[in-house]
Amino acid sequence: MTMAQKKVAAPDGRKKMSWRRFRRYIPIYLLMLPGLIYLFVNNYMPLPGLVVAFKQYNARKGIYKSDWTGFENFKYLFATNDAWVITRNTICYNLVFIVVNTVLAIVVAIILSEIWGRAKKFYQSAILLPFLISSVIVGYLVFAFLSVENGYINNAVLPFFGKEGISWYSEPKYWPFILVFVSAWKSVGYNCIIYLATLLGFDRAYYESAQIDGATKLKQIRYLTIPMLKPTIIMLTLMSVGRIFYSDFGLFYQVPMNQGALYSTTQTIDTYVYRGLLQLGNISMSAAAGVYQSVIGFILILSANLFVRKIDQDSALW
Amino acid sequence: MKTREDKIFNIVGHAVMILLTAMAIIPFILMVISSLTSNGTLLSDGYSFFPKEWSAYAYQWVFASNGGTVLKAYGISFLITGLGTVCNLLLTIGLAYGMSKKDLPGKGLFTFFVVFTMLFNGGLVPTYINYTNIFHLKDTFWALLVPNLLMSAFNVLLMKSYFMTGVPEEILDAAYIDGASEFQTMVKIAVPLSKPIIATVGMFAGIAYWNDWNNGYIYLVKRTDLYSIQNLLNRLMQNISALTQNASQVGNVNQGLAEIPSVSIRMAMATLGILPIVLIYPFIQKNFVKGITLGGVKG
Repeated sequence: MTMAQKKVAAPDGRKKMSWRRFRRYIPIYLLMLPGLIYLFVNNYMPLPGLVVAFKQYNARKGIYKSDWTGFENFKYLFATNDAWVITRNTICYNLVFIVVNTVLAIVVAIILSEIWGRAKKFYQSAILLPFLISSVIVGYLVFAFLSVENGYINNAVLPFFGKEGISWYSEPKYWPFILVFVSAWKSVGYNCIIYLATLLGFDRAYYESAQIDGATKLKQIRYLTIPMLKPTIIMLTLMSVGRIFYSDFGLFYQVPMNQGALYSTTQTIDTYVYRGLLQLGNISMSAAAGVYQSVIGFILILSANLFVRKIDQDSALW
Repeated sequence: MKTREDKIFNIVGHAVMILLTAMAIIPFILMVISSLTSNGTLLSDGYSFFPKEWSAYAYQWVFASNGGTVLKAYGISFLITGLGTVCNLLLTIGLAYGMSKKDLPGKGLFTFFVVFTMLFNGGLVPTYINYTNIFHLKDTFWALLVPNLLMSAFNVLLMKSYFMTGVPEEILDAAYIDGASEFQTMVKIAVPLSKPIIATVGMFAGIAYWNDWNNGYIYLVKRTDLYSIQNLLNRLMQNISALTQNASQVGNVNQGLAEIPSVSIRMAMATLGILPIVLIYPFIQKNFVKGITLGGVKG
C-alpha cells in the first residue's frame, strides 16, 4: 500500500471500529492465540514466582505459603563475597568480550570484503562453524586440548617447549584468557556477518575516488570504512552493553566443566543462580540473585534501547 | 584495476584468514582423529593429530555393542528437533501473521506483550518452579520441547517485519476479494511468499533444539532414558571430570582410566553430535547470513 492510499484508508478504518470490524479479525486472533498462550505460559506465568526471593523457602509449605522475610535474602547475598565476585565476573567478562569480539569481527569483515578468490566463501563457512555447535561439545573440544593427563597442550605443546604440564582445571588464573579466547573463537564468524553485510552496502565510488587521490589501503580503511561503519558499531555495542548483566551460561558452565576450584574466575550470575537452585538447593538465595539480575538487566536493556532509539529508531527493539 | 597495494593486501588478508580458518577447524579435526584412535593410544599418548594406532572401535561400540543407549539418545535428538521446529514455526507464523496486520484492533497491546518478554525475564528460579510445580513437566518428554525453545519473541518480530515488507498488500486484498478466508490467505499466499524467512526461522529453531542440553539437564532427573545426545554427552563429561579429580589425588592416572574404555567413544559421540549440522551446512550458511542481515542490528 502506498502512503497516499494509507492516508485515505486510515480514517475509514477508525470509523468502523465496531463489532463487525472486530469480528472480521476473529480468525486472525485465533491464529495468534497459540503463540500468545505460549508466551503467557513461558514468560508471564513464572513472574509471580519472583516473590520467592522475599521468602524463607520451605519445601513443605510451598512457595506461596512460605514465610515472608522481606529483604533478608538480599542482605544475606550481598553480605557474602559471592555477590561481588559474580557481579565483577559477569560485567568484566562481558566488557572484554564486547571489545575483543567487536574488533575481531570488524577486522575479519574488512578483510573478507577486500580480498578476492574462491577461498573467501570457504573461510566464512569455516569460521561460522564453532558458533553452531552446542556448548557441551565446545567443552569437549577445550578438554581435548587442556585435559591434564591426555590433553594436547600438556602432551604435545608444552613438552615441545620443554615446559611442565599445567593442571588447567584447577588453576583459576588461566581462565580469563581461556574464556575470552573461546568466546572469540565461537562468535567471530557470527559477529562478522552483520559488519560484512554493512560493508558490502557501501558505495564503491568513494573508494575509487580516494584511490585516485592517492589514499593507501590503510588510509581508506581508516578514513572511509571505519567512519562509515561507526553507526553499526555504536548500535551493536549499545545492544551488547544492554545485556551486560547476562552471561552465556553454556560458556561459563560447560567450558570450565563446573570445577569448584575455578569459581573465583568462572562463576557468573547465571551459573550462581543455577548452582544455588539445582545443586545446593538454596532456592531463596538463588532467587534473590535472579531478581537482582532481572531488575538491573531490565534497567540496562531499557536504557540501551532509549539510546539506540535516539540514534536510529528502526534499530531499536521497540 | 588492482594496484600493487591491493595485491599485497590480498595476500596478507588471505594469510590472516587461513590462520583463522585453521584455528576454527583444528579442534574439530582433533576431535575426529581422536574418535578414530585406539583407546589404548589415547590413554598412553593423549589426544594427538598423528596417533600411533587407528581404530574405528568407538563407532562400532556406539552402533552395535552398547544396548542402544547412544542410538536412542540420537533418535530422541532427531525427534525433538523435528517436532520442535515444526511446532515453533506454527506458533511463530500464526502470531507474526496477526501482528503484521496494520489495522488489527489491539495491535499495540500485542506488540507490548511480545516485546516485554525480550526486556524482562523472570530467570531460572521462577521458570523452574512454574514448569515443575504447575505444569509438572519434570521427567517428561515435554520438558525437552516446551521450556524456552518453543517460540522466540525475536523470531516473531523478524517474521512480522518480513510479512509487512515482503508480502504485497495488493495480493492479499485480491485474495480477500476473491472470497478467501484469513486462514486460506495466510496459508496459500503469505506463507509461500515468505519462504526465505520461514527457512531462516526454522533453521534457528532447529539448531537451538539440536544443541539444547539445558532443558534435559534441568528437568530430566530420574528419566535419564529420555536424554538427548547432548544430555548424554554432558553426563559423560561430568564423569570425566570426576575421574580426573580422583586420578590426580591417587597419582596413578592410567590405572584409574583404563577401566573405562571410553575416551575415544566420547569423541565419537561428539563427532556424531555435530554431524547433522555439518551435513546441512550449505543450507545453514545461506539462511544464516540472510536471517542476520534481515534482522539487522537487532540480533
